[in-house]
Amino acid sequence: MIRQFGLNEALFILSGIQATIALSLIAFVGGGIFGLLIALLRTAENKIAGRLAAAYIDFFQGTPLLMQLFLVFYGLPAFGIQVNQWVAVTIGLTLHASAFLGEIWRGSIQAVPLGQMEASRALGLHYKDRLVSVILPQAFRLSIAPTVGFLVQLIKGTSLAAIIGFVELSRSAQIIASTTYKPLLAYGLVAIFYFILCFPLSRLSAMAERRLSVSR
Amino acid sequence: MSANTAQSSGQIEARSAAPIIEIVGLQKWFGSFQALKNIDLAVGSGERIVICGPSGSGKSTLIRCINRLEEYQDGKLLVDGIDLSAGTKNIDAVRAEVGMVFQQFNLFPHLTVVENCMLAPMKVRRTSKRKARDIAMKYLTRVRIPDQADKYPAQLSGGQQQRVAIARALCMSPKIMLFDEPTSALDPEMVKEVLDTMIGLANDGMTMLCVTHEMGFARQVADRVIFMDQGEIVEQGEPQSFFANPQNERTRSFLGQILH
Repeated sequence: MIRQFGLNEALFILSGIQATIALSLIAFVGGGIFGLLIALLRTAENKIAGRLAAAYIDFFQGTPLLMQLFLVFYGLPAFGIQVNQWVAVTIGLTLHASAFLGEIWRGSIQAVPLGQMEASRALGLHYKDRLVSVILPQAFRLSIAPTVGFLVQLIKGTSLAAIIGFVELSRSAQIIASTTYKPLLAYGLVAIFYFILCFPLSRLSAMAERRLSVSR
Repeated sequence: MSANTAQSSGQIEARSAAPIIEIVGLQKWFGSFQALKNIDLAVGSGERIVICGPSGSGKSTLIRCINRLEEYQDGKLLVDGIDLSAGTKNIDAVRAEVGMVFQQFNLFPHLTVVENCMLAPMKVRRTSKRKARDIAMKYLTRVRIPDQADKYPAQLSGGQQQRVAIARALCMSPKIMLFDEPTSALDPEMVKEVLDTMIGLANDGMTMLCVTHEMGFARQVADRVIFMDQGEIVEQGEPQSFFANPQNERTRSFLGQILH
């Protein structure tokens, strides 16, 4: 029986937004924490740490997110580690996002003029204070635009979690499309929802960049 | 070392019994290029030294070795009795006692002038915020820009920025100040205000090593002028004899070019 496309169907698609937002937050928080670690290792004076971080970045940037999710979801059980879909998607998205954020933030850290590091060294500041008080605040400003750009990609990328069983925005649209036979309406609506989620972020980033550049 | 070097350094040894910086046989390579060749240098406490020489002669590299912004491959370097050759353990402690002023100022652009000055005393010396602010204002007053304290570096002229950089270094009460071409990036009309600040510092008895081509400054405050070329100390002496009667051909040719 073919269902009509009504308010209930639209609300069903909208309910997928919760999972999309949850997945995005997981990816960004997990990716943010480990991404900072990767960026710091990548810029460390220790060459071995730098190479390991570079290899990590290369691997996860060079393979599709879809494969990474599959590898975690089906790969871990093969080693006898049972994971539910939330654990699997948390690990998968964190690995993925940390590689990209790590690389973005490495670039931002290295874009801070060398003289800043030299001046803070010459003052006797320890490594932690050099980073926290001098380098990272300047790198942060440089990183806002590319970080938000990646965050927007990430929100859209969470649609791939449908493949291991999540009913998020894209998957809920797919379900409605196949029961109402109105794919254009269902996918059109979901496109609007994604846009509503992503567009303010881009504007926010532009605003933040303008405000932070005032003091320079 | 030339005969002249030995003769003039004899007088200097006399006035500085215990050297605060002692460099013996320092060797430094950048890849296959040898930047410093067997440098021997003893600096007495309170001594004011000007280092000059053509570009690429190793003069900046030499003073950057003293606070270990550059590593070196061989030789011995003691700062205030602490051996920097031994490893990297004591470096932050030595750096806290050695102030440095850079050609490009290198102020922290995201901090105000007074915050620039407060950072190291608070983080390294664990000074309270209130005390650090007092110290910062004291030295900003000394370099005559206390009224700019709450501005950001980019709002200041080059000469003002360099004076802030000097104040920032002084806030750590360093025993030694290193100046790496402090006036080379300044517009001509701002050179004097920075040099005057440095002269004031010299008159207060600060141990100073200045890489500079300001020969007027050298004449006025230096106890010793060192000429470097191709990674070596070619000649050194008191300013009077150094300028009036340079012994080495390379020194004569260099001075001829910059003094006219």
